[in-house]
Amino acid sequence: PTKMSRRRVDTRSSLGPDDEVMPYSDDETDDELEEESSEGEEEAPERAPQPQVETRPTDVTWKVKANDRPYHQLPEFKKKVFLCIKKSKYSGNAIKTYKYNFLTFLPLNLYEQFKRVANIYFLVLLILQIIPEISTLPWYTTLIPLVIVLGITAIKDLVDDLARHRMDNEINNRKSEVLLNGRFQEAKWREIQVGDVVRLKKNDFIPADLLLLSSSNPNSLCYVETAELDGETNLKFRMGLRVTDERLQEDHQLADFNALIECEEPNNRLDKFTGMMLWDRERYPLELDNMLLRGCKIRNTDWCHGLVIFAGGDTKIMKNGGKTRFKRTKIDELMNYMVYTIFALLILVSAGLAIGHTYWYEAIGTKAWYLFDGKDRTNGYRGFLSFWGYIIVLNTMVPISLYVSVEVIRLGQSKFINWDLQMYFAEKDTPAKARTTTLNEELGQIQYVFSDKTGTLTQNIMQFKKCTIAGLIKPFSISCQPVDWSWNRYADKKFQFIDHSLVAHVRSKKDKDAMEFFKLLSLCHTVMVEHKADDLVYQAASPDEGALVTAARNFGYVFLSRTQDTMTIREMDQEMTYEMLALLDFNSDRKRMSIILKFPDGRIRLYCKGADTVIYERLSPSSKHKETTQTALDVFANETLRTLCLCYKDISAEEFEAWSRRHKEAQVTMNDREAALDAVYEQIENNLMLIGATAIEDKLQDGVPETIAKLAKADIKIWVLTGDKKETAENIGYSCSLLTDDMEIHYGDDVNEKLTRRQASRRDDPQAYRRGKKKTAEPFFPGSNKNALIITGGWLTDFVDMAFECEAVICCRVTPKQKAHVVSLVKKYKKAVTLSIGDGANDVNMIKTADIGVGISGQEGMQAVMSSDYAFAQFRYLQRLLLVHGRWSYIRMCKFLRFFFFKNFAFTLVHFWYSFFNGYSSQITFEDWFITLYNLAYSSLPVLLVGLLDQDVNDRLSLKFPKLYIPGQQGTLFNYKNFFISLFHGMFVSLIIFFIPYGAFLQTMGQDGEAPSDYQSFAVVAASSLIFIVNLQISLDTSYWTFVNCFAVLGSIAIYFGVMFDIHSAGIHVIFPSVFTFTGVASNALRQPYLWLTIILTVGISLLPVICIQFLSKTIWPSVGDKVRPLPVQQQACWSFSDLSA
Amino acid sequence: MVKQESESANRPDNTAFTQQRLPAWQPILSAGIVIPGFVLIGLAFIGIGVALFVTSKSIQELEFDYTGYSNESPCSSCAQSVVANCKCSLNFTLTTLLQGPVFFYYGLSNYFQNYRRYGASKDDNQLYGDLSYFTSPSSSCSPYDYDSSKKPIVPCGSIANSMFNDTFTLTWTVNGKTNNVSLDGKGIAWWTDYNVKYRNPNVTPLKNAFNGTVKPINWAKPAYELDASDPSNNGFVNQDFLVWMRRAALPNFRKLYRRIDASGDYKNGLPAGNYTVDITYNYPVRAFNGVKKIVFSNVSWMGGRNEFLGIAYLVIGSLCVVMSVVMLIVYAKFKFPDEE
Repeated sequence: PTKMSRRRVDTRSSLGPDDEVMPYSDDETDDELEEESSEGEEEAPERAPQPQVETRPTDVTWKVKANDRPYHQLPEFKKKVFLCIKKSKYSGNAIKTYKYNFLTFLPLNLYEQFKRVANIYFLVLLILQIIPEISTLPWYTTLIPLVIVLGITAIKDLVDDLARHRMDNEINNRKSEVLLNGRFQEAKWREIQVGDVVRLKKNDFIPADLLLLSSSNPNSLCYVETAELDGETNLKFRMGLRVTDERLQEDHQLADFNALIECEEPNNRLDKFTGMMLWDRERYPLELDNMLLRGCKIRNTDWCHGLVIFAGGDTKIMKNGGKTRFKRTKIDELMNYMVYTIFALLILVSAGLAIGHTYWYEAIGTKAWYLFDGKDRTNGYRGFLSFWGYIIVLNTMVPISLYVSVEVIRLGQSKFINWDLQMYFAEKDTPAKARTTTLNEELGQIQYVFSDKTGTLTQNIMQFKKCTIAGLIKPFSISCQPVDWSWNRYADKKFQFIDHSLVAHVRSKKDKDAMEFFKLLSLCHTVMVEHKADDLVYQAASPDEGALVTAARNFGYVFLSRTQDTMTIREMDQEMTYEMLALLDFNSDRKRMSIILKFPDGRIRLYCKGADTVIYERLSPSSKHKETTQTALDVFANETLRTLCLCYKDISAEEFEAWSRRHKEAQVTMNDREAALDAVYEQIENNLMLIGATAIEDKLQDGVPETIAKLAKADIKIWVLTGDKKETAENIGYSCSLLTDDMEIHYGDDVNEKLTRRQASRRDDPQAYRRGKKKTAEPFFPGSNKNALIITGGWLTDFVDMAFECEAVICCRVTPKQKAHVVSLVKKYKKAVTLSIGDGANDVNMIKTADIGVGISGQEGMQAVMSSDYAFAQFRYLQRLLLVHGRWSYIRMCKFLRFFFFKNFAFTLVHFWYSFFNGYSSQITFEDWFITLYNLAYSSLPVLLVGLLDQDVNDRLSLKFPKLYIPGQQGTLFNYKNFFISLFHGMFVSLIIFFIPYGAFLQTMGQDGEAPSDYQSFAVVAASSLIFIVNLQISLDTSYWTFVNCFAVLGSIAIYFGVMFDIHSAGIHVIFPSVFTFTGVASNALRQPYLWLTIILTVGISLLPVICIQFLSKTIWPSVGDKVRPLPVQQQACWSFSDLSA
Repeated sequence: MVKQESESANRPDNTAFTQQRLPAWQPILSAGIVIPGFVLIGLAFIGIGVALFVTSKSIQELEFDYTGYSNESPCSSCAQSVVANCKCSLNFTLTTLLQGPVFFYYGLSNYFQNYRRYGASKDDNQLYGDLSYFTSPSSSCSPYDYDSSKKPIVPCGSIANSMFNDTFTLTWTVNGKTNNVSLDGKGIAWWTDYNVKYRNPNVTPLKNAFNGTVKPINWAKPAYELDASDPSNNGFVNQDFLVWMRRAALPNFRKLYRRIDASGDYKNGLPAGNYTVDITYNYPVRAFNGVKKIVFSNVSWMGGRNEFLGIAYLVIGSLCVVMSVVMLIVYAKFKFPDEE
């Protein structure tokens, strides 16, 4: 935090990061991305990749001239594209999101695919196989699987790209009206260029990033829906400059428009735009409010005109696209390391066998005249060739279809998440959505959940519940009868309030404070209003604001309309219009907003509402009711209500004039305009007079306490990160059972003390520290078994160790940036798997930082959802996502990987054993066609189905016994130990597969006297044993037998025999005599009972010990799953949790 | 109705598959299945083991090493000489009848027919009778594809070149009378090899097909003259050639040489008496410490004599039974712990 605070002091001098810094609500938008990314490198090098945000351009080099297409082709705007070919830096408006065209598909796609190490490996292998000296396996054994694997991926890419082609075409051919040659003509989007003037109608999509010039609404107001851009569905308004509004209404005026726009280069910041318009020698500042961004939709505006500033690929929405975050799961990493291990093993084994070959050839080979090959080679060189030969023979140890299969499984699991009816929120028709398909198994390993509070734990449906006016808490009296609003024709019928006296009080107009209170609520906000029929519909950026304005409306202060610089409200029965002199907007650092109004009688007054801490700092010494209001605020906080303080200030005309000048200067600053504005705002927001405070209730969502309790039982630590104040957060913690009565609560102050003590002891004993902090440190909280920590922002680095000892942690008053910091701290120090869940734009950072981000599609738009990996509508679905889908996915993936490695070891190592009996000559044990098809056809389907469908216990039990989740967190189902178990199991099976037939074949003959001990019969017996073993082993491992599994197992065995008898048939040999050389072997070998008995024994010895060991370990060390599973339904219901925790 | 549908347009399908509730059987390795299962499997394996072991014991097998390493060995002189068609003979006595049908094998030890390059050194197209491969054998046959004068070798390759060329005749001496035991060389190779995999070119006389080619370097006679007594037993479908070409899996192997013709005195097998095997000793194995054997054996339903499988079955079967007892004890101990 030292680093952080220093920076912050630099940038925003007046706001040090003290304990009392508190965001105004959770609904702030995050404008700190930039600092975040630059600091991230130093603070948390291991965090997930942050979205690339381009640095704020300081030089203004983007120049656009209205109605002057040739201007943009000037040489100074050319950039080098390729060698000496230059192109205008201004993109056309046609977009291209597709990757391939007809010609480039094959080379590009292959290039992309060969970027993967696994594919390159097999390509190299293929090349090795073509070299005749070392080609121990025919080329097709690798080519066929490789082509199939590449083909599947290519087809997937092709389908995706075709869809993109269609989309691009559709969009590029949309029509808009463009001003050409003095009049508006219909043109396709692809033909629009920078500097064109475009006319848009109601419900049109905006074709490019436009500067709003004028519209049919007064003051060139224009409403836009930004759903496609940021997912937020509430309408936003954009306003044209006054000068363009006045002078650019008619077509001919627009045609003569010749301003020069200077602004920043195209970038991906949706929340920033700085520019300047030069027109008739006047300079006008441009900001985001003047811009219509591509991807938005025009609403409630009959028509508007805009000037194209950025087109096509330069637009902000396109600049935002294509940034693919690449998250990898732990299993992914592990899997890669294992593939490297296998690779090392392969080289080692090959080298060993090559040395064996060298010595064998020395001892026997040179003397065996029949082996003479006419080549004059040293034995060492023969060994060297043999090394490569063995690399080829044993290549199947590295499983070629592993990556493709893993992708298929993950895709399937994602589909199951999307299909889950129990995560479907019927009220809003929102199913759960796995937006990333590569992380499913990580859902089964979550150790830490970081949750936002507002909108995530709560519904984010704000209700004005209470208030304090002039130090008095309202309501005093509580009656069960809700207030009747029939006296107020504008009242919102859904609004409920239970204090009749307050209403009467306000209606009597006797209480000046109460009148001022509601007047402020109806004036100080950024809500948009729509008149629908007779009703008023408010469009609020945050639900808090909506609730407050609605409350004011019901109490008789009705916000009616706004223009660029006026606001009209109805005060009880008389309509009043106020001139709006300035709007000092809200942001997460200011935590307040103000509005400066000129009353009809000429008075100038500033109204301000904001978080109590920031307001109290700026109150006038003469302000009354400070203590009483503070008491009221504490009372509200204890009731988990969200509070805001309201205050006003009268400003003299001179004072305002002086300030207004500074304000205007700040508005046209090109460098760091935001900071300049904040500083100016600071100058006027002081000496405020307190009116009172509001208290808003935000109800908990359904099932939140149960979900949190479940997750806690699954040993998932839940940290709530909220912008609320400490008391509110603590009470919410209790009400959602995050905090329980048996917990000892530690606040930031205790923590400070403990940390100081820890540091002191560390100084005294530096030796101990160096030996490793985590091991030598004694627990912070000796004796207490359950701890909870409530901590305020600014403490975040040092407390990590301490926090890990706690069952629950609540961080209050944290900014979005700090939220992300907490997550990366835990990731960094604990190496834990983290999940962040949130619903608002302020959670985006944390969602992107965590290993897994979950977005809740709630009241606050879709920004969180857009950056999340999984999205659903209710917090309570989290338990199903983790305890059911996550757990299943993890178990399935682990089972799949373990078995996949096993089956390839069992298959490949048979060659190894055979080597000792064939002079280490890289002779394969199986038929080459068997090697080709083994992974593709004979053994993959059953294990793939286990990866997709297996359930050790059903979803009901998974939820009922959260302890079942723990193996995933500990990663016990797939790690190096399991890998080596798979390796040894595979080795054991391959040993059996080789040596049982070896013993049986030694010096014997067939039932008809012909020798059966030929190589080809041996190959068939070993292969058949292998197929039976592998398919029966997966049957043993399948805990959820559906008809599909059954079909797959029997099918695989049937396919094996079917294909074998075909390949060994006379017919195919007649056609390809040198390709299929095993003619008649299957029929000859498999009609002998002796060889069947050999196969049965081989299968028996391979499987029986496994069953025995499984049974014994289940009996002696039963896992939780083993305990739960065999219970009949009745017993499951009444088995208490404590039985399992033992 | 329409409205309702549109309201829940995103509702996932409620099918057993999408909701992961496919009807399924969840097998559990419970004690009730595993322990009796092991007992049953164990007993079955013991049964099979006993059957195999008894059968194997009942098979009579006579094996004689005639390599001639030791000086007592009848063929020691032949083993040291390099003369072609060196003759030696081996005597043995049968005290009881060797129950027929009796098979006559030759065996080689320390002989790596499974060596990769050796195994690949043949031309399947040529052996399938494709004349175009007669003139240009596959390069896999190298160095036995062309002779020193660049003439193609047919059949090419190491396997063919190293064909076993010792020959044996068997005589039975009873009551001072010596009888030639008639040996049947028909049908000793696989049916599929004889009829499908190997074919002579469709040329009569067969000799003409081999025009312009030479015999393998180590061969005494060209392929079309392998069997002077039976013209149809020549070329690639010569039975001895087929037997040799089916290469062995392991470095110790036996190959069928002849059957004892079950007629006359030999209807029931080889009767008791003194026998002599006259060997034409050609095949050199001493260089690589190889061993040559001749074997007389009868067969049963399980084929030749091999005690390994029977013993393995007995061992595994007994282990199964033992393990089932162990599992029972462990199970009882952990599931119903003693009150003490």
